[in-house]
Amino acid sequence: MLKHPLFPQVAVVERISRETADIKTFSVAALKGGVPFNFMPGQCAMLSVPAVGEALFSITSAPAQADFLEFSIKKTGAVTDCLHGIEEGCQIAIRGPYGNGFPVAQLKGRDLLFIGGGIGLAPLRSLINYCLVHRGDYGNIHIVYGARSAADLMQRKELYENWPASPATSVYLTVDTGQEGWDGHVGFVPQYVEELGFSPQNSIALTCGPPIMIKYVLAGLERLGFQPEQIHTTLEMRMKCGVGKCGRCNIGGKYVCRNGPVFNFAELKKLPAEY
Amino acid sequence: MQEIQKARLPQLWEYLAKKAPLYLPQQEDGVINFAPWQEGARVKLESLNTVLPPKSIVFPQWETYLHFTQKARELKLTPTKEPEGSYILFGVRPCDVAGITVLDRVFLQDPVDVFYESRRRCTIISLACNEPDISCFCSAFGLEPGFAPAADIMLWDGDKFLLWQSLTEKGETLTHSLTDLLEVPTPAETESVQCLRETAATVQEQKWGLDGVKERAKDMFNAPIWDSLYRRCLGCGICTYLCPTCHCFDIGDFSRGERGERFRCWDSCMYKDFTLMASGENPRPTQKERVRQRFMHKLSYFPAQHGLYGCVGCGRCVRKCPVNIDITQVIKEAGGSISCA
Repeated sequence: MLKHPLFPQVAVVERISRETADIKTFSVAALKGGVPFNFMPGQCAMLSVPAVGEALFSITSAPAQADFLEFSIKKTGAVTDCLHGIEEGCQIAIRGPYGNGFPVAQLKGRDLLFIGGGIGLAPLRSLINYCLVHRGDYGNIHIVYGARSAADLMQRKELYENWPASPATSVYLTVDTGQEGWDGHVGFVPQYVEELGFSPQNSIALTCGPPIMIKYVLAGLERLGFQPEQIHTTLEMRMKCGVGKCGRCNIGGKYVCRNGPVFNFAELKKLPAEY
Repeated sequence: MQEIQKARLPQLWEYLAKKAPLYLPQQEDGVINFAPWQEGARVKLESLNTVLPPKSIVFPQWETYLHFTQKARELKLTPTKEPEGSYILFGVRPCDVAGITVLDRVFLQDPVDVFYESRRRCTIISLACNEPDISCFCSAFGLEPGFAPAADIMLWDGDKFLLWQSLTEKGETLTHSLTDLLEVPTPAETESVQCLRETAATVQEQKWGLDGVKERAKDMFNAPIWDSLYRRCLGCGICTYLCPTCHCFDIGDFSRGERGERFRCWDSCMYKDFTLMASGENPRPTQKERVRQRFMHKLSYFPAQHGLYGCVGCGRCVRKCPVNIDITQVIKEAGGSISCA
């Protein structure tokens, strides 16, 4: 029988770990074990809880790093509410991978500046860990990450231990509002990036976060001298099909699900400002 | 070229309907739409456009593609059998055939929608327009009211008979099976086709030309028309439901107890929820952005992606919009020239 292109496969949620009050990370494996499909950093998958619906999430684990896929999911709507309620061992449906992913070949030999906000660290984490596995291929790695409060920082073990321990890798954390016990930086991500003043020399910047953060980060990076071609961002839109047919995630003539979700700023500048 | 006497059409339909499900324009409660043929059907070939295009036959408004069963932690997914494709569409006007060509670009591009592909195995018998309606403007998009290049068989109305020309192998095979019903036209009758085609084209071309839209496509996004046009849009979505090329869809689940199904159904860019994200962000927050999306998609985005306009000039949205939003006016005000004599 011919299978519909939107037909998913059954997968098992093997492990669920709590990141913050509203973010959990789910490890999802194929029914027979192993990854449901191969992918590259920045690509996405459509997860579904039957009877509730489907939603698209970026894959936060790195390729070939584990025999499952990881998704960090913020409790925000119908599908994510339901996912937050399930237990380890539950079966869900998955299809993918979707989207173009980060241009990993273009990043070789460059210094990399990752700028993430909130749940926006999820897609960047896949690429960060991919680059750390192939550490020799890249120059300095700077990671700037911020959240609303210290309690909202996700992937803390990697932020505080794994990443800073990697060669020539620095992590800069910030929170929107300070509180007792937090002696780190307080302030919004875009301003912090400008304060840190990274050099655009042989650098590529990669950013993901709330749309308002992305907007200011792009402007800030330009002020630091980054050319639009040196900045990559991964965008979010409401999606249903994931394959450029259902018609809702377009920005001008480009579908975020199919032509994105990763765009460089030069490409984005050619598109209508409708994202 | 062949021909069939109009008096023999009921015989033809009866024969075709025995081969495969046959859809043709029929009148029911005063409304003409495509419906499956049955004995005594009130076929209305002389009407130009049916109220609804035959889009729903190749791309159903609602279609289940999988069934699921969920017991405790276990999930079972069963695919739905792909649809039957051996049916015949009779009397499709050239603009609606072109509409199906637009849908092809979406559903037959990788990954191929196998359900759509299966339905597209249908045979399309197109009927040329002798005299396009005043609200028709297919020629504005380079289409010809008197000819549908993507049809399998082309028919022209010669008053007492229909001239019959197969355009594809599929059309040829069907034509061969109809030797008892088809006749050889006189040379004068054959020649009349050219005349019919030219007359139909002239009737329209006197009215419609489309210039400057491709060149203006980029600036059109910031055209002043969007600031006012949307104010009267009700967001009812009728334009998208009646459109032979609109293909946007939603995916939903329906369940009762442990069992359920996942379906795909038509959706509309005219609705707020279409792009509303769970976070509350909406890249098209007001009707202005939604109205602009619909027209920009047809006139700029779709051509950029697929090399052909996403409008076939059938005029349905113009005729049925409750607040008279008119794509031909949009084209003019957005900087293209589409002229009406």
